[in-house]
Amino acid sequence: MTTAPAPARRTPAGDTGSGVHATARVQAVSNGRATTLPLLHGDGPFHLRRLRPRGGRARVCVIGAMSAPLGGDRLAIDVTVGDRADLEITTAAATLALRGATTDHATYHTSLRVGDRAGLRWLPRPLISACGSNLRQTCAVDLAPTARLLLREEQILGRAAEPPGDLTTRLTVRRDGRPLLDQHTAIGTAAPGWDGPAVLAGHRVTGQLLIVDPRLEEAPVQPHLLGNDPAQGQGALVPLTGPAVLITALAPTTVHLHRLLDHARSLVPLGL
Amino acid sequence: MSRAALLVLADGRFPAGGHAHSGGVEAAVASRTVHDTATLHAFCQGRLHTAGLVAAALAATAAAGHDPLELDEAADARTPAPALREVARKLGRQMMRAARATWPAPELDHLARHRPRGAHQPVVLGVAARAAGLTSSDAAHAAAYDSVSGPATAAVRLLSLNPYDATAVLARLAGDTDRIADRAARTAARVAAEGTGALPAASAPLLDITAQEHAAWPVRLFAS
Repeated sequence: MTTAPAPARRTPAGDTGSGVHATARVQAVSNGRATTLPLLHGDGPFHLRRLRPRGGRARVCVIGAMSAPLGGDRLAIDVTVGDRADLEITTAAATLALRGATTDHATYHTSLRVGDRAGLRWLPRPLISACGSNLRQTCAVDLAPTARLLLREEQILGRAAEPPGDLTTRLTVRRDGRPLLDQHTAIGTAAPGWDGPAVLAGHRVTGQLLIVDPRLEEAPVQPHLLGNDPAQGQGALVPLTGPAVLITALAPTTVHLHRLLDHARSLVPLGL
Repeated sequence: MSRAALLVLADGRFPAGGHAHSGGVEAAVASRTVHDTATLHAFCQGRLHTAGLVAAALAATAAAGHDPLELDEAADARTPAPALREVARKLGRQMMRAARATWPAPELDHLARHRPRGAHQPVVLGVAARAAGLTSSDAAHAAAYDSVSGPATAAVRLLSLNPYDATAVLARLAGDTDRIADRAARTAARVAAEGTGALPAASAPLLDITAQEHAAWPVRLFAS
């Protein structure tokens, strides 16, 4: 029942053989009244802290216990929310992808499974892609037909006044075994045109909110445009094919981004 | 397999309605992010490596004979903007009409029957290529090229760009277009074993956002 971080090991600089291999695991179940966490397993850079529950919802914060991901790291987080359980996961700080001791790419896999009548709020702080870093992220979400999800994803492309590294992010959401959303974003040297007028047009901060809730079946949300001056950021709220809404925003800074995302969130009248 | 059939299918004059669409370049011209040959090149390159790759892979996989209804569902999951889903189905419907008249085949009839409002255009393109006796690679090339030729042609009208310069953009992207088509065709082989999750899902956030904006314009030269 306790947080059990494995000792953080990092291979010495110059050892190009391997980086950190770590998988954190969280399992939430409902006991009928509240959500409990029978599995809370930290590993490597992931230190998991139990936060005070809110209503029947269990809350966990992921605390970065070391600098990660660096080149060569193989990181994963595995979350299962059982039927009728309700879980929120946040992170204590932004995740900073750095080059590390090798030019090898790092991987970061997130796997989220949410059962029937269960809810997951996955709200990590932004990922910062630093110059020279090379990270491949995947986030695979499997939702039961009546599962609810609020998922946030924010990326900052480069620290102040530097170009970003190479970054790919694949977000795959399946609901009842069928594809609901499949999205692969790529920036950097391996993605020709990524900064051009079809893809990001110079914006350095991107963010998405995905809301999946069966109640959207009865009360669909109309598409909505966000922002009225592209220099201050722009975005759209769109209904997907299914009871889901995707909010996408691009902005020059995180302040501008949050202004757009917060406004968009207020347009979806669901307590999640 | 006929090389001439590919020319018929990929010809801008194939009566499938593509000329009425700018592939997002009308919105980009309005926001002045596309204003000359260099920015048109950057736009087309970004579109090719995102929407173009996805379209090419869908077309290649459909041409290989994979279930088009499953591919249509995968296309929906890769098209978050409802304005673009609508455009893809409208173009799919027009492509279907032209393809059934050109290369009648039970597979086209089957898809038309199950998607009366239109399937996603690249899926129809792939099934049409199959009906025409073309390969996965042919279908991928047609779809990849279509993803840049539409915007380049539209830019000539929108910016009064010199048509020679716009065509030169397409010629400079020929190598990229081949590589995208080859990648798409290789994916088609993987989908048979791994399912539609193996299809690329490259996304272009601005194309999605500006497509919604463009759809709300009261007056526009192009339908998308």
